Amino acid sequence: MSEPITPELPRSPSVWAQAWQRLKVDRVGMASLAVTLLFIALVLLAQAGWVAGDWQREVATPFAPPHFVGRIADGSESAQVETPAGPNVDLSAVDPLALRYREWEQRAAQFQTSVTAKSDTLLFGADRMGRNVLSKAIKGAQVSIAVGLVSALVATLIGTVLGALGGYFGGRLGDLLEWVYNVFTAIPYILLVFALAAVLKSGPLAGTLGNGIWSVVIILSAVGWTGIYRLVRAEYIKHRNREYVRAAEAIGASHMARMFTHILPNISHVVLVQLSLHVVSFIKSEVILSFLGLGVPVDMVSWGTMLSEAQVELVLGKWWQLVAATGFMATFVTAFALLTDAMRDALDPKLR
Amino acid sequence: MLSYLIRRVWQMIPTLAGVILLVFFLFKYFGGDPAEIIAGMAATPQQIASIRTQLGLDRPVAQQLWIFVTQIFSFDWGKSWATNEPIANLFASRLPATLTIMVPILILEVTLAIVAGVAVAYVRGSLTDRIIMVLTTLALSISFLVYIVVGQYLFGFLLGWFPVQGWSNSAWKNLALYAPLPVFLAVLVSLAPQTRLYRSFILDEIGQDYVRTARAKGVSEHSILFKHVLRNAMIPILTNVATQLPGVFVGSFLIEVFFSIPGLGREVLLAVNRSDYPVIQAATVYLASLTMAINLVTDVLYKLVDPRVTLK
Repeated sequence: MSEPITPELPRSPSVWAQAWQRLKVDRVGMASLAVTLLFIALVLLAQAGWVAGDWQREVATPFAPPHFVGRIADGSESAQVETPAGPNVDLSAVDPLALRYREWEQRAAQFQTSVTAKSDTLLFGADRMGRNVLSKAIKGAQVSIAVGLVSALVATLIGTVLGALGGYFGGRLGDLLEWVYNVFTAIPYILLVFALAAVLKSGPLAGTLGNGIWSVVIILSAVGWTGIYRLVRAEYIKHRNREYVRAAEAIGASHMARMFTHILPNISHVVLVQLSLHVVSFIKSEVILSFLGLGVPVDMVSWGTMLSEAQVELVLGKWWQLVAATGFMATFVTAFALLTDAMRDALDPKLR
Repeated sequence: MLSYLIRRVWQMIPTLAGVILLVFFLFKYFGGDPAEIIAGMAATPQQIASIRTQLGLDRPVAQQLWIFVTQIFSFDWGKSWATNEPIANLFASRLPATLTIMVPILILEVTLAIVAGVAVAYVRGSLTDRIIMVLTTLALSISFLVYIVVGQYLFGFLLGWFPVQGWSNSAWKNLALYAPLPVFLAVLVSLAPQTRLYRSFILDEIGQDYVRTARAKGVSEHSILFKHVLRNAMIPILTNVATQLPGVFVGSFLIEVFFSIPGLGREVLLAVNRSDYPVIQAATVYLASLTMAINLVTDVLYKLVDPRVTLK
């Protein structure tokens, strides 16, 4: 019954909707988004075990080459077992254990032996143990991308919360956080990584963390939060005295509400771009750490462990694992980097 | 100027104290028990107890921290747990190898990247520019490891142009024989990101008003780029070089590992694998101090490069 006094105004599209509109017309951005989503889907499928769950199975002969190379010509790969023709020499006359022959035969008959045909070639070839390189690359994508994403999320969370506190409150707390920031950035990046790796490797946490993935996440996020902290802090200093924050204060919003429900959405594009930049750099770091043996444990596969196996294989002329790991990684990293660029342009049209 | 220097050095003290505290407590509370690491698996409790007394681990934490601080300032870290080599000795013998590799890398990298950056900025917007930008994006997405693995295999093993790895006692032989391949590969890898960065520095300057003014008075595009723009772009370029300087001392540990170069980076990595804490702690504290010192020198150099900068 009560008619609104003011006529209904058309809702202006939100920042995110506008950004999405701009991203949609960016062909490179959309293509990289598609590739990224494809990889994320692969990661999720591998996590669920539907894809590449059998990466540890020896499905082919050792170093089976990719299909298009064809099987190895010298015949050295034929691992056929020569079965002796005719019966074994009968030793039962002299063998004191001859009485038990029947028993052994019966026992042996209880076990089913099956001959699995191992393929000579695979789509992406096989490694030293005859494992499918394609499955390994997908499983490696799961581990590398998961580590990159999780550590980037943790680093962004730490950086954003500390940056918000330091920038919004300033004063004593801000000085304290600045001091922590200075300490962390005074130590060269790689030495901090090594120090943390040494501590996590032999310290009391080594037992509780279980597999090495979490220690990689801890190392990368403990080292990587500083850049995000710096940017977020600068944004908060810029925003804390703006009129909308004053208005929020006037209607009684608490400090927390002002920091995280009023200011944070306005700087979320900065945070998002930083997050996605860190995903790429953390994936690269994970690959290097795993290569050096400081990353994921030996019973898991990541692009880094694949590369470290491939280093030895390359000398033998078996290049396919190197190419597969490099190709998968380069595709994902390029797509993600281009998506980040497109996202930055879409979120902040003034930047160009 | 002098008061500025004194204040900056004064401000370094809390940061350095923070670094020392961070390293001390990190290894104290999150690291393994030093006595057990040194004594190894088959140690008797007596052995462990005697090592504990020797290292001062049975004293209160504050005293242990004091021992740590005196070690830092007296440059006496004792011996490496793994090799029993005095740590000061270890650093002194590993640093030359790192510098033999890193100094040529830095010089070549900066020179080539400036040339490439200027060249790409000169043809900005053209097809060449865009192709190079796409290529650098692709080059960046391939792991550093792949370049080294493939480069070492191709140039060292397959073509035999360089030794696959090695190091000698003579600095000249190292420079002439063993350094070229690692230096070449490292420069190749860093060229893509550096070119992109320097191009963006130059393009930032090209958008400035003084460039428009110079154009308006009829200065040729060529001399705008080299006389006006490049000079101003040198400021961010120098900043970037300065941030890389501390890295010269750590070295590119990957390069050192792959080419078996007995440098500092490789030594620290070995120490991580052997849980050789004193080596890691010493490297971390000293290189952090060095980084702070280099940052101060850089800030002072700005004043010389850019008269607009006032040191506050």
